[in-house]
Amino acid sequence: MSGATLLKESGPREVFCGLTSIVWLHRRMPDAFFLVVGSRTCAHLIQSAAGVMIFAEPRFGTAILEERDLAGLADAHQELNRVVKNLLARRPEIKTLFLVGSCPSEVIKIDLSRVAENLNIELKGQVTVLNYSGSGIETTFTQGEDGALKALIPLMPKSGQKKLLLVGTLANAVEDRLISIFNRLGIGNVESFPPRQSTELPSIGPETKVLLTQPYLTDTARELKNKGAEIIEAPFPLGVTGSTLWIQAAANSFGIEKSLVDSILNPLIARAKQALAPHVEKLSGKKLFLLPESQLEIPLARFLSNECGMEIVEIGTPYLNRDLMKAEIDLLPPDCRIVEGQHVEKQLDRVRDSSPDLVVCGMGLANPLEAEGISTKWSIEMVFSPIHGIDQASDLAELFSRPLRRHDILNPKTLTSN
Amino acid sequence: MELTLWTYEGPPHIGAMRIATSMKKLHYVLHAPQGDTYADLLFTMIERRGSRPPVTYTTFQARDLGGDTAELVKGHIKEAVDRFNPEALLVGESCTAELIQDQPGSLAKGMGFDIPIVSLELPAYSKKENWGGSETFYQIVRNLLKDHLGESKQTWQEEKRRPRVNLLGPTLLGFRCRDDILEIQKLLGQHGIDVNVVAPLGASPADIIRIPDADVNVCLYPEIAESTCIWLERNLNIPFTTIVPLGVGATKDFLRELHEVLGMEIPKSVNESNNSKLTWYSNSVDSNYLTGKRVFIFGDGTHALAAARIASEELGFKVVGLGTYSREMARKVRPAAKALGLEALITNDYLEVEEAIKETSPELVLGTQMERHSAKRLGIPCAVISTPMHVQDVPARYSPQMGWEGANVIFDDWVHPLMMGLEEHLIGMFKHDFEFVDGHQSHLGHLGGKGTENINQKVKSTISNDSINRSEDPIWTLEGERELSKIPFFVRGKVRRNTENYARQAGCREINEETLYDAKAHYKA
Repeated sequence: MSGATLLKESGPREVFCGLTSIVWLHRRMPDAFFLVVGSRTCAHLIQSAAGVMIFAEPRFGTAILEERDLAGLADAHQELNRVVKNLLARRPEIKTLFLVGSCPSEVIKIDLSRVAENLNIELKGQVTVLNYSGSGIETTFTQGEDGALKALIPLMPKSGQKKLLLVGTLANAVEDRLISIFNRLGIGNVESFPPRQSTELPSIGPETKVLLTQPYLTDTARELKNKGAEIIEAPFPLGVTGSTLWIQAAANSFGIEKSLVDSILNPLIARAKQALAPHVEKLSGKKLFLLPESQLEIPLARFLSNECGMEIVEIGTPYLNRDLMKAEIDLLPPDCRIVEGQHVEKQLDRVRDSSPDLVVCGMGLANPLEAEGISTKWSIEMVFSPIHGIDQASDLAELFSRPLRRHDILNPKTLTSN
Repeated sequence: MELTLWTYEGPPHIGAMRIATSMKKLHYVLHAPQGDTYADLLFTMIERRGSRPPVTYTTFQARDLGGDTAELVKGHIKEAVDRFNPEALLVGESCTAELIQDQPGSLAKGMGFDIPIVSLELPAYSKKENWGGSETFYQIVRNLLKDHLGESKQTWQEEKRRPRVNLLGPTLLGFRCRDDILEIQKLLGQHGIDVNVVAPLGASPADIIRIPDADVNVCLYPEIAESTCIWLERNLNIPFTTIVPLGVGATKDFLRELHEVLGMEIPKSVNESNNSKLTWYSNSVDSNYLTGKRVFIFGDGTHALAAARIASEELGFKVVGLGTYSREMARKVRPAAKALGLEALITNDYLEVEEAIKETSPELVLGTQMERHSAKRLGIPCAVISTPMHVQDVPARYSPQMGWEGANVIFDDWVHPLMMGLEEHLIGMFKHDFEFVDGHQSHLGHLGGKGTENINQKVKSTISNDSINRSEDPIWTLEGERELSKIPFFVRGKVRRNTENYARQAGCREINEETLYDAKAHYKA
């Protein structure tokens, strides 16, 4: 166990709610539609976070609650039923419909599971209706994906086949690459969850070994375990070390010879380290402060400190799942400060006091920090960029070295005479 | 319950945030869950603001709901006042907090602060952003001035000073407000009129208390400031102007109105034709080609109304569609549309607006960023005239919409997406030469002319599928199609539909060259 200091903080938070994860989930499963049952605020949040205008008709929307839905004049369940049927009539290509709970729908206790159940009976399998909550009173940002995946698990067919299941949304190209590496190691049966089509769910059973690609899938991991699957313990596949340990953990679990694993991974590792070198030069010795948001903060800090030589001031995390994060925390340098939860004002005071070279933060905070002369990186970029795996390590590092490089270009150091 | 894929306006507390963030030395405690903090990015990303909005979110969680959320709210209020030390405090709630009814405003008032506390009640399930902005501004002004009612005041003539006015309504995330204020201040300065207070943008609570020092209020953005102006007129006897100086004609009318209300003589310079270059540019020979250009207009009430007037009276366009997403402004937009022989489109559904654009086949769309996207898909040029704001609507350069310079900016912004007169003439002359490829005019939206045609064909095919007797649909002959291809792409879809309608009415089974000319004569007659 490393000597990381674990602290808790509460107060005003500055993080997205779970609805935001719809922004990448709908791209992963193009045959699914995400219908938020919520308020104008929910609709406005998603369109502000996603730049919705580029879509002619996006695959997500909001059933906006109105005064009469609250006053009980209209039965909210019936109303939702009507909205769903109109939507499905307009969009016949939808195969899976997620009803996504929000803060207001949770507070007034709209029973989305009942609505989903009734719709499933009426629609007779033409469309599968599921529900989960992305509400900000229960979920933070990436936890929305955890909810959506958990909702899909009961539909997964049973199987006794031995297989490796990669769990968590990855960029398609990265997913293909990782699968091809596992194939080369002799693990032939590799599937992904969520799948690329919502209707092509992988099967699951006691012979399924689960390798988590993302650190925010607490509930999903537990449910998969309940279905008999084995969760392989490993750090997450960010950076050369993380990705190597991640692949090795799967290989061990499948009883693959160490020599074979080494012979396949070593050239990749050597190449990746070479590509990483110029970024390490830029990042080494620089101070990094991570504000809580995506839940990727701990693995990112581990990568940036161990492989890029950055000095970690503080790692903020919205919540801490010690089981899933154990392998990551063990790898952190000693005396690393991890703060669970947030008091955004006090945390920003600490940011200013420590004058870091780079702050990883949400979109609302980035420009105010830049205006104070502190370089920033948006944490939301981590969930949209292909950053997983050994081959992507230098791309991941580049996301952090670029703001520093830019800062140097725009603020050239004046030569001082001795 | 209403299905929404995209919305022109946010919820009402976003309007309140626009007021709070526009002002100085004010703090807003918003009882809201953590997800609502997304709103900060509207200001720090779209407006590229270098400071955070002065907003403390209580970010209550599900586990707090079982306990005492009132204590949680009070804790946040106390901390915000201690930390930010504001001159006045706004307290309100977003949609979720409205449901749990903690009454944060009353809680704050009971905490014994010696600063004014403005409690906001913004019904999140029936109202929207602009209403919320208007209500917040009104509540701030009313609360801060309630002890100053009935104070006697002298006119500028009695006090022997220059007249002074307040500019009310400009906010952050309002369309080009930053530059409009400068332009109007310059314009008023030229006429010997001073500006007393600009609010909410840049005003502190202390500035709001100085509002009564002005002789007249200039209501620059009725969406935000009209209700405040009415209250100030009733309670403090300050009259306000009703004309928004967008465009050459409206700027003239505004100056006349303001001079009249102030009791000043209207200067002759108001009527000079060289105040704005728009007038001469529009009269120049190159602008001949603008005559009768079909233009579709959609936006907030103020900018859509102004655009209709500028388009029809100052540029000689033909307005073929006029609408707004603002229900509060429908009362004003409806008669304006009627005067142009149109029925106003009042909707918050962007797909309905896109349908209306297809239906009217305009050559130019003046709309919001959403219409810019719709127009791009349809291959129609577009200029953005109104909120909702996009990072592109906050240009680095000085770019007002109001006053004389605003009219110059509008001329450039609306005319540049179109082809220049000489260019259009040359294309007309040479379009049948082999070197010329149709749809090659890449600056007219990404699809060139092809998009409109394809989409209109799609529209056509849905229409014909729906018709009862498909066998009665006329068939285009080769020569008919050839003749159709000679018609400029931007009206081709409309001509196709009109000709088919005519052919159906006339009982033609085939459309050839002659049918096309028959139809043209029929519709011109």
